[in-house]
Parts: sequence; C-alpha cells; structure tokens
Amino acid sequence: MSKLSLPARMILVLTLITVMSGGILAGWDIYTKPKVAYHREQALKKAIGEVLPAHDSYEVRETDAGTLYIGKRDSIEQPIGIAFMAIGSGFQGQLRIMVGLNPDLTQLTGIKVLEQIETPGLGTKIVIDPSNKENVYWFPDQFKGIQTSPEIVVVKNAKPSTNYEVQGITGATISSIAVANILNAQIATVQSILETSQKVEG
Amino acid sequence: MSTSTSLNTEFVKGLWKENPVLASLLGLCPTLAVTNAAMNGLAMGLATTFVLLMSSMMISALRNFIPHQVRIAGYIVIIATFVTVADRFLAAFLPEISATLGPYIPLIVVNCLILGRQEAFSSRNGIGRSLIDSLGMGLGFIFVLVVLGIIREILGSGSIFGFAVMGDWFTPWMVMILPPGAFLTLGLLIALANWYNDPSSLSEIRIKQ
Repeated sequence: MSKLSLPARMILVLTLITVMSGGILAGWDIYTKPKVAYHREQALKKAIGEVLPAHDSYEVRETDAGTLYIGKRDSIEQPIGIAFMAIGSGFQGQLRIMVGLNPDLTQLTGIKVLEQIETPGLGTKIVIDPSNKENVYWFPDQFKGIQTSPEIVVVKNAKPSTNYEVQGITGATISSIAVANILNAQIATVQSILETSQKVEG
Repeated sequence: MSTSTSLNTEFVKGLWKENPVLASLLGLCPTLAVTNAAMNGLAMGLATTFVLLMSSMMISALRNFIPHQVRIAGYIVIIATFVTVADRFLAAFLPEISATLGPYIPLIVVNCLILGRQEAFSSRNGIGRSLIDSLGMGLGFIFVLVVLGIIREILGSGSIFGFAVMGDWFTPWMVMILPPGAFLTLGLLIALANWYNDPSSLSEIRIKQ
C-alpha cells in the first residue's frame, strides 16, 4: 500500500469503498424488493376496497389512461364503481391517490392518499388529521359524493356551498389544492378514454 | 488515542455532558422536523443510531487505510450506504413508519452528528472505543428526540405515543406540531440543560445600556 503514490491510493481506496457500497446495497435491495412490492400491493388492494362502494370483486383493466379497477357485485352485471390511481405533484413531492367513482364517473365514492411526503402535521392531514376530535379522516371523507363537474374545487376560509367544493386544510392550502388538481386531471383523462372506447364499440 | 479515558466515560459523555443536541447542537434538522410525535422521534433516533454505529464500526476499521485527503468523501459514501440500508429496511418491514418518516430518513446522511463523530472520534480510535462512543451519542440523541416528541405531542395533539392522555377539556396547541413550536421547545430545553449544568451562567446575562 505504501509503495503506491498518493493519487493512486486515493483512487484505489475510493473505488474500493464505492464498490463495496454498491455490493451491499445491491444485495440488500434484492432481499427487500419483494417485501416492498408486497406492501405496495397490499396497500393498493386495501385502498380499492375503501374507495369503492361495497363490492365482491374487481376487474383489472389496462387502458391508455392507466390501470382501471372496476368493482363488481356478483348479483349485478353492471359495474358498481371504477377506481384508479391519480398521481401528481403535491407540495413537497409526489402524491399517489387512489380514487373511486360511480360507473359514469360523475361522482366520487372515495379517495385514499397512498403515498405522500407532505409537511408532517400539516400537509399530511390529507391522509389523517389527529388534531380533529370529531373525525381524523375529515379531509378525505369530504370527497365522498362530490360531483366531478365542472371540476372539484377547494375552498378556503369558508364552508363549501356547492356539491363540487371541498374544504381546504388551514396551513396546507397547496397540499389541499394539489389533491383536487391531481384528481381533476386524472378523472378527465379517464373520462375521455372511456368516451372514446364507447364510441369505438358503437 | 487517549487510553487513559475509561470506556465508561466515553459512553456516558454522550448521554448528557456532551449530548449531541443539547450541548453540541448537532443534528437539529431531524430533531426539529420529526419530533411532532413521540413515536416519530423514537423511530428517527433509532434509525440514526443504527447508521451511527455501523458507520463508526466501518470507518474505525478502515481508519489507517483511507488517505486523509479523501476521508470526507469516503465517510459520506459509507454513511449514505447505511442510511439507504435503514431506509429500505423500514420500507420492507415497517411500512407505516416508513410512510410517516418518509423524506427524513434519507436526510440522516447530512446529520452532522454522524459525520462529526466519525471525524472527531471513529477515525482516531479503535473499533471498540468508537462503538462505545457512538452508542452513548446515539442514546443521548434518542433521549432528546423522545423527550421533545413527548412534550410536543402532549401539547400539540393531547397524546403520548398515540395514546390520548389529555381529556376533552384540552384544546391542542397547533403551534406545537408546527416548526415554531419545535424551535421554542428545543430552545427552552437547551436553555434548561445549560442552566442545570451551570446555574451561574444565568447571571452572566448583561443588558447593554
């Protein structure tokens, strides 16, 4: 070691350290990947169960607008609801929201924020608000029954007056509006896809 | 290098006298950010201590091998490796905690407590001593985070570790789960700790005329 020049030693040591680091991380990633994927899958299934009205099963349909989860009840031929992921930017990072709607996409049946990295205690209220004594899920629960047209609107400092308005979170306006924007965008995309496919089928 | 200092002293110093947060003011970013609930503070403290122990062990073992000029680069890579291991561990085995702590786990890399201990101690001492030092510092860090978390959670949400302890009469102080509450509480804690260690320092406050 001491026979090598200083630059050579610096390069050699740093290379060895980074190779070792890469090896440890690659191995650990292989080990943890299935478990992380499993948790994501479980969270997805649970979310579909929560945002759709009572159903016995759901059909997974891939479309140009992403994956649709179509809820069905055994006794009824028509679907009872459609759920899909709406993804977009929140205040600090990506928001991944599972949203459920009625079959003609005019009304929401529920939302669930699956992944977010919003400000703890503020933006995280889009998921759960422990400071609210009546209902810690007041924010997502608002979306049940909300109309999708003209579009979902967030109101501040006032109570919602129409059936397409929801109350924003005090101190987390951007997070609240981001949820509405992401939902509006994805709902519009899915609506246009379904209209197109219905036209094609005649 | 100072073999005259007993192992016990090396361990105990991190708990109070040289407490990383209260005395050295290190790692304040995660301290302020995740202590809005006691459980979050505890989880962050444990994750940080894990990274601290593992990187101290490795850096101490490699201390005669890493050239002085590239030591910081080397330390950062090693620290970042263990932070990623901790992050993936949480995502795989404790998904709820991973979701709650989210962005703050990767930030452990720049927690100056860890880099500080490597530079000040692990790079100059044997593996055993380095581990003892890191353990003391880690526990001291966890202690402060949990205390801070408990105070902020009681006043900000009326609970401790999720268990409601304040009755309906109590209106939670919103400010406590927000950054200003974090700064206020931490500042008071540091002041209290310093006053406890040296009561006479309070009389040194002079008001300029």
